[in-house]
Amino acid sequence: MVLDVNGVKHEVTVDPDVELLSVLRNELDLTGSKYGCGEGACGACTVLINGSPSRSCITPVTSVAGKEIITVEGLEKNGKLHAVQEAFLTTDPFQCSYCASGMIMSAVALLKNNPAPTEDAIIKALNGNICRCGTYPNIVKAIQLASKP
Amino acid sequence: MQHSTNLPHPFEPTQDELPPKPGHHFELDRRKFFKLFGGGLAVAFVLHDLFSFAGETLPPEPSSIPTSQVGAWIHIGEDGTVSVYTGKVEVGQNIRTSLSQIVSEELKVPISSIKMIMGDTHLVPYDAGTFGSRSTPQMGTQLRKAAATAREALVQMAAKNWNTAAKTLQAEKGTVIDPANNKKIGYGELTKGHQLLLPISDQASMTAAADWKVAGKSVRKINGRSFITGKHEYVSDMKLPGMLHGKVLRQPSYEAKLLEVDVSKAKAIPGVIVVHDGDFIGVAAPDVRTAGKALQAIKAKWDESTQHPSTANIFEYLVKNATAAASGRNAGNTKGSVQQGLTIADFTHAKTYNINYIAHVPLEPRAALAQWKDGKLTVWTGTQRPFGVQQDLAEVFKLPKEKVRVIMPDTGSGYGGKHSGEAAVEAARLAQEAKKPVKMVWTREEEFTWAYFRPGGVIEVNSGVTNDGTITAWKFTNYNSGSAGLNTQYKITHQQIAHLPSDSPLKQGSYRGLASTANVFARECHITDLARLIKMDQLHFRLKNSNDERLTAVLETAAKAFGWNSSAKSAGHGFGIAGGFEKGGYVATCAEVIVNSDKEVKVVRVTQAFECGAIVNPLHLENQVMGSIVQGLGGALFEAIDFADGKIRNSGLSAYRVPRFSDIPKIEIVTIDRKDLPSAGAGEAAIIGIAPAIRNAILDATGIALTTLPLLPNGVLG
Repeated sequence: MVLDVNGVKHEVTVDPDVELLSVLRNELDLTGSKYGCGEGACGACTVLINGSPSRSCITPVTSVAGKEIITVEGLEKNGKLHAVQEAFLTTDPFQCSYCASGMIMSAVALLKNNPAPTEDAIIKALNGNICRCGTYPNIVKAIQLASKP
Repeated sequence: MQHSTNLPHPFEPTQDELPPKPGHHFELDRRKFFKLFGGGLAVAFVLHDLFSFAGETLPPEPSSIPTSQVGAWIHIGEDGTVSVYTGKVEVGQNIRTSLSQIVSEELKVPISSIKMIMGDTHLVPYDAGTFGSRSTPQMGTQLRKAAATAREALVQMAAKNWNTAAKTLQAEKGTVIDPANNKKIGYGELTKGHQLLLPISDQASMTAAADWKVAGKSVRKINGRSFITGKHEYVSDMKLPGMLHGKVLRQPSYEAKLLEVDVSKAKAIPGVIVVHDGDFIGVAAPDVRTAGKALQAIKAKWDESTQHPSTANIFEYLVKNATAAASGRNAGNTKGSVQQGLTIADFTHAKTYNINYIAHVPLEPRAALAQWKDGKLTVWTGTQRPFGVQQDLAEVFKLPKEKVRVIMPDTGSGYGGKHSGEAAVEAARLAQEAKKPVKMVWTREEEFTWAYFRPGGVIEVNSGVTNDGTITAWKFTNYNSGSAGLNTQYKITHQQIAHLPSDSPLKQGSYRGLASTANVFARECHITDLARLIKMDQLHFRLKNSNDERLTAVLETAAKAFGWNSSAKSAGHGFGIAGGFEKGGYVATCAEVIVNSDKEVKVVRVTQAFECGAIVNPLHLENQVMGSIVQGLGGALFEAIDFADGKIRNSGLSAYRVPRFSDIPKIEIVTIDRKDLPSAGAGEAAIIGIAPAIRNAILDATGIALTTLPLLPNGVLG
């Protein structure tokens, strides 16, 4: 089957019921999306599928054939960081940063639909992403920095 | 019943801090050193001066430093690159950044010219591990001195070159400058052609915290870009040519005994390697999926007849199976006569506090990648003790330590939960058989079940107080939780404090703040109860009995910022406060809760004052303190391991609840920058105040004195 990841089409031969996360990480060497729980409960594996934030650890790869998949590796364009990445770099909220990719992808999806979210909207949109280091208030600040004034 | 989890075992984590071990793995001599790192100038930490600095004269041969005395070194290469070698590791506490700041400050080099080499047993000096909040006070201090020694040596070398007095010269931005004639020479140029190895000098003059220009500032994470682009390679992301993926057959319950096993179907799967060695059964395959299928194809029969205690009876069990009180450095204080103290009290108060087991839940589960080459083993793994894991591997595979290299890339957190090296041993055993590199990445379920927990415990407190606010008696008995935070910080004449280890049915080990998350909870709950008995304000009662001016300072600071005396309290609202100190950090936490008519409790706001000496990086300190409050909130309100029949019943993130965005109250953090005091760590003490502060606020709002952690497993007052 063909997967459209970060604007590049990849021909992959995989078991039909394998999860997208496993294909991204093990077949395509896109390891920015992380395994955290395997049940869609922590958000570390979040990618965009046709613009929607999705938990790639519970997404069968066959369900995304022909769809546009964006991972954290696809945000940077020609060496220029995405505005959300810039905001996270400036705010520097992360400790171990293992949740960073998922947080950033969830934030990118939120801001695309709602460029100036309220704090409540940010909390609602990101509530599926766990940061075990617990710096949630500073993650909210980073997303606010990336928001349109 | 005795559990094998309490027997000594090479992978057994320690419940308390590990004692520092002398290192003896690294035969450091000058020639070897420079062969490894190239020429230039190096400054190593040693306790006794073995070399005297004598200009360009090389140290006498053979010059070797007893490795037990080496803790860190800095090397300045001929190209001016500054390399810092330390056994400390990065698990998100941002020590890579703060140690760089310290070296940049003292050596007078741009932070961008510093390369930090961390946690690689073949490159860095022995280190017992990254725990106990020691990185900042101990490693930070050593590197400060090393950098200052190097700077002074470089200035002296320039003075000699220019035939002028060292004291007229200045060090700045990686160069030595003569202000008299604006002559300038780079550090790299100065060290060219030299192989100078110097001991750290205690005489080197260091920059006072008040004059810091790089340290003390909110420098951003130095490798931050690699994380927000997804490029940083955690161990679980690493790949080697020909690498296989490993899986290990786990027991269906703790202490289940293998009766029979048939691995033939697994072996028949193309590309699959099966290892059955003693009680270890594992597989490796070219992809994770095939490894999973191979594991499923193994038919095993188990004896699960062992009886296990469960969540329902664990507290009785721990008290019943307690052993004699811990002695030595883990013993509690005893003075006066508790009996006499109780007799003279106006009120006596006895309570028992129960502490559930909780999990660290590092978002990156245990992972290791092992490679054998020419009889040598290299393992990349996320561990807080690379040298400890090296030792484990050397013992298991009967290798001299020089043949085992453990490398720790920056890892997806630990919180005291990654002292052990299980995945490293598993990957290495599979790779040995496969003759190919093998990567093991634990599943979340494995991490919940086969790692270790913050201990559960029972704490009995029996105390007395007089109407004037004097605590007359304090008997404090802790079963199983551990000894950190055991002793009281209050003025009490008659006290009897003990920690009694017990037979833990679950594997237990270190955690953020160690046992102080349990001991400080019990103590600070009980203190508020005593204040209520004599109708004294709980803040005032603490200040009256505080035995430590730094504790008093954080209590006053937190109370002021919170508005303890000035804030109006609406119906259903309650205020609570708690404080303490651990590992050089001082904390006081105020919490406000609201309890509605359905007995639902909401934590409205938290104000925490924190002081850990001179602040090295204010932003990263804030993240550490904030993270501690949030992690502590989970243990305070709802985190608990649920177990029965030797199985963990909530071994996934959908079942074990950790704090999320929507759980977070308004948090205000006030840090006190004591530039006159040495810097201490911040990852531990900041967690201890939140649970008792919330409990005391619930008591203030409702009159209900909760005694079990977590306080509200179902979100409502029971």
